[in-house]
Amino acid sequence: MMQDRIVVQQPDFDVPAEYARIATDNSDGAIVTFVGKVRDFNDGSAVTDLTLEHYPGMTEAVLQQITAQARERWPLNFVTIIHRVGTMTLGEQIVFIGVSSAHRKAAFAACEFLIDFLKTKAPFWKLEGVGADKRWVDARDADEQAAQAWEQGS
Amino acid sequence: MINVLFFAQIRELLGTPSIQLEAGEHVATTAALRTHLAAKNEKWARVLESDKLLVAVNQTLSNWHADVNDGDEVAFFPPVTGG
Repeated sequence: MMQDRIVVQQPDFDVPAEYARIATDNSDGAIVTFVGKVRDFNDGSAVTDLTLEHYPGMTEAVLQQITAQARERWPLNFVTIIHRVGTMTLGEQIVFIGVSSAHRKAAFAACEFLIDFLKTKAPFWKLEGVGADKRWVDARDADEQAAQAWEQGS
Repeated sequence: MINVLFFAQIRELLGTPSIQLEAGEHVATTAALRTHLAAKNEKWARVLESDKLLVAVNQTLSNWHADVNDGDEVAFFPPVTGG
């Protein structure tokens, strides 16, 4: 039943539908989901919209690789990663990660691992809009440190 | 031919999403390709000499010692910020 669903798309996603898709196997006792949203501030300034650019082809390949790495670490059943691209306004959903497993610890850890790796390995770039002004979001050291902590086995 | 792609700030600052180059000895590695492109003019030099520039060869993250061959796709981009 083990299944990966990796999607990069412009349209919004439907969380209940995505949840239902990974909640079909009664051998799974745990489902953990994460949704990333467009928030109204970054580094102390107001944000009005967000545009996501990506590298078609490489993005999907990297998401598949990090999913495979998560499966090597934890016994997972379903893994879903959906990442939107294009322009989104405040409050809109950007990314969905959902994993199912027999036990909660694997599901929690894998979900966190996937978002930490996605943020530092997958070729997506954020362009913030502040009214008519646009500015590219800088990579954060804290995100890189979170990914490195997994690589050091902590 | 080598297909060279640019993303995010790099694409925007250079004003083009891609260029094509004839393969040759002067672009035999990722570092050489970067130097070759930076020699175009002052703007390209400034953008491509960023110490945060990343490079991927054939859609796999690479480094500045990688070989570049005819038919390869090489991409230059800044650190990623998705999620």
